[in-house]
Amino acid sequence: MATSFLQAAASTEKVNAPPALQVVQTEGLVLLKIIKHCKDLSPSLVTGQLLGLDIGTVLEVTNCFPFPNHQQENDINQETDDIGANYQLDMMRCLRDSNADSNVVGWYQSTPPGGCFQSVEFIETFMNYKENIGKCVCIIYAPSRSNIQGGLAGLKALKLSDTFLELYRNGNFSGESLRDKNISWADVFEEITIRVSNSALVSAFMSTLEPDRVTDQSDHDRLQISSKPLLESNVEFLIRCMDDLSTEQKKLKFYFKDVTRQQAWVQERRDENEARKAAGEDPLPEGDSSNPFFKPIPEPSRLESLLITNRIADYCNQIHRVAGHSFSRLSLIKALHDD
Amino acid sequence: MAASDRTVLQFGPSSAVTSNITAKVHPLVIFNISDCYVRRPDQAERVIGTLLGSVLPDGTVDIRNSYVVPHNEFSDQVALDIEYHHTMLKSHLKVNPQEVIVGWFSTGLGVTGGSALIHEFYCREVPNPVHLTVGTGFRNGEGTVKAYVSVNLSLGDRQLAAQFQEIPLDLRMIEAERVGFDILKSTSVDKLPSDLEGMEVLMERLLTLINDIYKYVDDTVEGHAVPDNSVGRILSETVASLPKLSPPAFDKLVNDSLQDQLLLLYLSSITRTQLSLAEKLNTAAQMP
Repeated sequence: MATSFLQAAASTEKVNAPPALQVVQTEGLVLLKIIKHCKDLSPSLVTGQLLGLDIGTVLEVTNCFPFPNHQQENDINQETDDIGANYQLDMMRCLRDSNADSNVVGWYQSTPPGGCFQSVEFIETFMNYKENIGKCVCIIYAPSRSNIQGGLAGLKALKLSDTFLELYRNGNFSGESLRDKNISWADVFEEITIRVSNSALVSAFMSTLEPDRVTDQSDHDRLQISSKPLLESNVEFLIRCMDDLSTEQKKLKFYFKDVTRQQAWVQERRDENEARKAAGEDPLPEGDSSNPFFKPIPEPSRLESLLITNRIADYCNQIHRVAGHSFSRLSLIKALHDD
Repeated sequence: MAASDRTVLQFGPSSAVTSNITAKVHPLVIFNISDCYVRRPDQAERVIGTLLGSVLPDGTVDIRNSYVVPHNEFSDQVALDIEYHHTMLKSHLKVNPQEVIVGWFSTGLGVTGGSALIHEFYCREVPNPVHLTVGTGFRNGEGTVKAYVSVNLSLGDRQLAAQFQEIPLDLRMIEAERVGFDILKSTSVDKLPSDLEGMEVLMERLLTLINDIYKYVDDTVEGHAVPDNSVGRILSETVASLPKLSPPAFDKLVNDSLQDQLLLLYLSSITRTQLSLAEKLNTAAQMP
């Protein structure tokens, strides 16, 4: 019925919750820019901003710009922050003047030299973006992977899953809360499919400027036989991660031991008190809060182990992929030689 | 008129210098220009912008990046937003200090009077800038990209005019090839191809190549096709470049790498099972 416009707007907002993000649609331009930036300044970590539009279940990324590298500057933190903020403002203003979308929808980064991007800083950056904009996505590009497997093998679009977000906001990472929400390490990050679209002009240019060839450079890259450096670095990172994981597990073990010890002590006191009551004496205090032995032991946060398991899974998957590739290449060589 | 007896129209300073300059354009530049052209304001007929890149040691100009500069063009006058140009230049230099101005671009074929003025402006920024024109009309179904340098025409001692002389242009599409042309050519691709699909496509392509070569060799031997010496030489070189190893040595090589890969696969599978155990400890373990 004809209610006031304000009421209608308010009601539609409640009914239509923002639809979940399912696809990220980028332009070829954005991909080329990201790849160029990551390759030019590899192996250091580089980041940049993604700009575009948010339409329903599709997040369109139409432009991007790189961030200057802060790690090279040894100034005070305040100065680098100012420089970074000025740079961003300048870029956004210029892009707006040239009619490009200046709506931030996320950021991109290349994989750091440590090998994997899953860290607490990553999650914190995500939270910062989420505060300011509704939907944000992070595109990760691994130049080392693409060199071996051709083209876009190292490109991924990620976002944090909603259940994990809630958990992070509460700051509670005990075993109970994880069990309640039924979160395992695989539920922390969600990968989104990437769709690529190009304007008609660009595709016309590409089609005319470069005739159809039977093979091209990406095939060359894929046919490279040596995958040893990548595998070696992966295994190295894997070893390091396993060490970290065992440290985390030791922490948990100590925690459990401490709690059992504390409970046993309390139980002993209780028994003693029963005996005393039977003998008619005053019961001893059960829990003496001033005694440091009785302080409730805080449960260690499981966040770090979640992230480490994610990293390990990533390395294992990479090894699997590269090894699988090598099988096909080796069989190709064998067939060639037999002839 | 002039001091000397014969006045000769000179292309100076020396055509040898200009004939050595070639330009190389990365596909990102073309993408950027097309994107800016599509987004231009309604009353503008063409877009103008700066080209960034570097000059390689052998003299070729490597054009790697670009950004558009808003401008206004009237019948004879051109107004360029210089502040925008400097701000963008500073920002780009912060990211990659090695990419400097090497020239400027404009869409639309041909060089107009306004272009000469703009070129003069860029001459003040950088010695001998390169002017790139990107034809977006596609009138004959052709997209043309041309590069020019400005050459001074002098008559004796007097400078008459500057002429735009075309220089050879090399469109390096290696980066685009690396990404995969199919993705960049079509107007929409639903999903990035996975590794297996990429390998499959690669195998098919190789198979077609080998079949073509086979057919060509057969035809040449039987006399159907005209034999081409250079092609034959390349083919024999390729076949000879296969390393000659005795079968047992080759088998050992292949089997060794195979075993290495299998070992790694086994290790990583074990690690993955370990992960599920670790997860149990993480979440399911509880105090009695």
